[in-house]
Amino acid sequence: MRRTRITAAIAAITTATAALTACGGGTATGNGGNDKPKTLTYWASNQGKSLDDDKQKLTPELQKFTKQTGITVKLEVVPWTDLLNRILAATSSGQGPDVLNIGNTWSASLQATGGLLPFDAKTFTAIGGKDRFVPSAIGSTGAAGKDPTAVPLYSLAYGLYYNKKLFKAAGIANPPATWPELVADGKKLTTGGKYGLAIEGANSPENIHHAFIFAKQHGADFFDASGNPTFATPGTVAAVKQYIDFMASDKIAAPGNAEYAQNQSVQDFATGKAAMLLWQAAGVQLKERGMKPEDWGVAPVPVQSGAPGQGTNVDTMVAGINLAVFKNTQNRDGALKFVKFMTSDDEQKILNGKYGSIPPVTAAQGDPAFSAPEQTVLRQGLLKSAVALPQVPKESQFEELVGTAMKDLFADAAAGRPVTTESVQKRLEKAQQQMTG
Amino acid sequence: MSSPAHRPPMARPMSFVWTRRIVLTLLGIFAALPVYVMLSTSLKPLQDVTEKFHWFPHRLTLRPYVDIWHTVPLARYFVNSIIVSAAATGLSVAVAIFAAYAVSRYRFKGKRVFTITVLSTQMFPGILFLLPLFLIFVNIGNVTGIALYGSRAGLIITYLTFSLPFSIWMLAGYMDSIPRGLDEAALVDGCGPLGALFRVVIPAAVPGIVAVAVYAFMTAWSEVLFASVMTNDTTRTLAVGLRGYSTQYDVYWNQVMAASLVVSVPVVAGFLLLQRYLVTGLTAGAVK
Amino acid sequence: MAVPTGTTAPSRGEGQGPRPGSGRVREPRRTLKVGRGAVPYLLVLPALLLELLIHLVPMVVGIVMSFKELTQFYIRNWSQAPWKGLGNYRVAVDFHGAIGEALLRSFGITCAFTVLAVGLSWLFGTAAAILMQDAFRGRGFLRALFMTPYALPVYASVIIWAFMLQHDNGLVNHVLHDQLHLSSKPAFWLIGDNSFVSLVVVSVWRNWPFALLILMAGMQNIPDELYEASAIDGAGVWQQIRRITLPSLRPINQVLVLVLFLWTFNDFNVPAAGDLISIHIYQASFLTWNFGSGSAMSVLLLLFLLVVTSVYLALTSMKRRSHV
Repeated sequence: MRRTRITAAIAAITTATAALTACGGGTATGNGGNDKPKTLTYWASNQGKSLDDDKQKLTPELQKFTKQTGITVKLEVVPWTDLLNRILAATSSGQGPDVLNIGNTWSASLQATGGLLPFDAKTFTAIGGKDRFVPSAIGSTGAAGKDPTAVPLYSLAYGLYYNKKLFKAAGIANPPATWPELVADGKKLTTGGKYGLAIEGANSPENIHHAFIFAKQHGADFFDASGNPTFATPGTVAAVKQYIDFMASDKIAAPGNAEYAQNQSVQDFATGKAAMLLWQAAGVQLKERGMKPEDWGVAPVPVQSGAPGQGTNVDTMVAGINLAVFKNTQNRDGALKFVKFMTSDDEQKILNGKYGSIPPVTAAQGDPAFSAPEQTVLRQGLLKSAVALPQVPKESQFEELVGTAMKDLFADAAAGRPVTTESVQKRLEKAQQQMTG
Repeated sequence: MSSPAHRPPMARPMSFVWTRRIVLTLLGIFAALPVYVMLSTSLKPLQDVTEKFHWFPHRLTLRPYVDIWHTVPLARYFVNSIIVSAAATGLSVAVAIFAAYAVSRYRFKGKRVFTITVLSTQMFPGILFLLPLFLIFVNIGNVTGIALYGSRAGLIITYLTFSLPFSIWMLAGYMDSIPRGLDEAALVDGCGPLGALFRVVIPAAVPGIVAVAVYAFMTAWSEVLFASVMTNDTTRTLAVGLRGYSTQYDVYWNQVMAASLVVSVPVVAGFLLLQRYLVTGLTAGAVK
Repeated sequence: MAVPTGTTAPSRGEGQGPRPGSGRVREPRRTLKVGRGAVPYLLVLPALLLELLIHLVPMVVGIVMSFKELTQFYIRNWSQAPWKGLGNYRVAVDFHGAIGEALLRSFGITCAFTVLAVGLSWLFGTAAAILMQDAFRGRGFLRALFMTPYALPVYASVIIWAFMLQHDNGLVNHVLHDQLHLSSKPAFWLIGDNSFVSLVVVSVWRNWPFALLILMAGMQNIPDELYEASAIDGAGVWQQIRRITLPSLRPINQVLVLVLFLWTFNDFNVPAAGDLISIHIYQASFLTWNFGSGSAMSVLLLLFLLVVTSVYLALTSMKRRSHV
């Protein structure tokens, strides 16, 4: 009967095609090799002011690499909106680049997939050794106790950017060193349509970066030692509330900031609408936006009391970009040579100089390019008072859930609804309950 | 069938005329307002765009229209989009016409299953297709050596399939209302079933075909999610590429607007040209 | 008056076109060729193969994923992921638990959003299609203007509205607050409660031209004779719309409203904060590396839409039959 023949045919085709998907296992779990020693595919992230800008900054360096080793590097600058999706697709199919940039907060999650090449002692030796890197930067390359699956490439830290002109006009001699001072200064500066502080309230990563540091300053953490979430402890609640209060009760941040997610706070600072800004290496951006260098200064991020240091006096998380090798690469040796090249002292100086970031390679930090006032503050922060975000696979869930909870709290604050310890606690508890796995 | 364009203009009551004027004006404003904002924003320097909104640019500049080609390889993305969308449209319409003809004119076993399955594909959120489809493409590449991921061909196949369900359904319905008499007349004349399709049914279904072609084109033109994963630098399409104007530093509002207007001009021009086919129904030798 | 009732529901009826001058409406009878050889199968084959490859097999894989614990640990090798049975589903439908509750809430918001957005898009599309039946000066230009939102790349549409809806520098607040003084202080449109309104407005803006397009094409199918006959009978234009145009468009509307509903429900591109289900699922799966859970939620979504579609088709087909 025709019907059964048709059904049989469809069943056969479906099974065959489904088998195609099952094949995914084999290719994805390969361990790479050296079949294609003459080329490398490199996915760079967008660090500059446009994809084109990144290409222009990187191409001369890649050409140097080709001259040294004879390996051609195929560069692709991937926008942040696409990068994670493409890494996911590459990881599940085994079809991806040879070398790639990753946000350092992704390190633990990507490490857990097993899709990136681990840097064991031998591999580290191949690229020049582990102790060339600043310890705090290495701390952000993967879970403690396991081989990292990436090496730091560009390091960033938060600084307190302040508008010197507005400070002078308000009669404030020095930038604040503690949070109470910051609030007091902020109130003085919030006048005449201007505000004391600019906040990116709708930006989840920004939110959790600050929440994390505040929590550390309150002696708390969002994950316990075994990696379980502890979002709603008194310390974390106080931390989140302190940050939201800048808008809610201190009122030193404009309500409109609650919808900022595209660097509008940097724009506000650059145009003098806000007198202070907590940001990572904003100098290059401020120049782009036309702010005169003599009008702004950088100070370490405030602490609860005393001076920045370790323990409860950390004031910045270790931000930055890591460089990883895809396990399925077909040019393993070439990829490692590339990593060695990019993390060499010379290249570190050049690249970080172009991007305004800090080299995670200790030797390169001594270069005069990184002794400018802004870079000095950031460098000191990285060396003395920085701590890495939790290197657990669930970090991205944390970012998503707590970041959204904070967005909602800012929305409450902006709408004039009260933000209390109870309301903060409720939201954080809800966020924790939504953690899976 | 004939079109309103051929209908002798009847005297309409004032209630109708005034309703028409008011409603169409309001809809016109609704449609045009954001487009105007896009235009005026594209002519302002970025500083002005990020400050208080003004209806007219205080400082007029054509700079964005120059910069858009450099910030992002717009020309390349444009060409990719045209190739992918045109190919997907042509193929999709062809495949849909054949399938719709079968659904409309034939009764065959499995027809119900076919139509229901095709319809159910519209209910699944796109994100869940994404990884499995990429995996299938990669495996096809490993087995046959034809790399569909990262290529325009892969996107074309994907997009043409995305627009099939609605196209088939719409065309089948459209063909249903084309009188069988026309088919039979052609068959009596000695054409096979395909002949009837080409000589009679397709010409009578032109408005439906045009509508479906527009839909298929726009589906391919605007699709973002799959393009973001299935393309690389060389094959990236506009829908994804436009996001490149939003960078680590800033959102280049004026450039995004300028680029969007520039790439939409050909599309709107296409609409203008195709309009007559939407309203022209051809019934050579209509059954009386 | 005779009303042509070409049907567009799958595998419905049979019949011939309307005989002019025929009286009551009858379900059209069509003599279909009964499976002459392989012709229908060959015609359908390309579509079938493509659908299998691109839609159906990935869907099946997605459904299988939902029964596994597919997190970042297993993404490289899906076949190794442990089977979780109905575990992912249980979490998703546990409406007392946080995840289930969030999903349900997102679901409710999406339903309200979809009904509103589709309703308005259909309304605008129908109004414009009917009002533009007659030729008048500038009609062609107006049609092109109306189609422009549809022609713009999705990213551009979304970003222009996000731009206009900004709290501080957006056009909407500029007009409402600064120029018309309708509100005492500028409102938030991108966050908070008003974001729902923003989502609906943007969805309607983007989608109503599509409704217009389909309805314009559909209206070509209505024979002039019907209008002429009714005019002779003394019917005015409003009566013609009610008695001829709208009923004739029924089959097209049945398809149009359904697909608009399905597409809007799954819509991903929004300018503002809004807890729409497709974004919710994306966040619950891609962004948290828990693909098993995301798949389960998608399957639940699929089941819901299947039920809605079946009910819808049954109701609308019944309605039509009751007119016979």
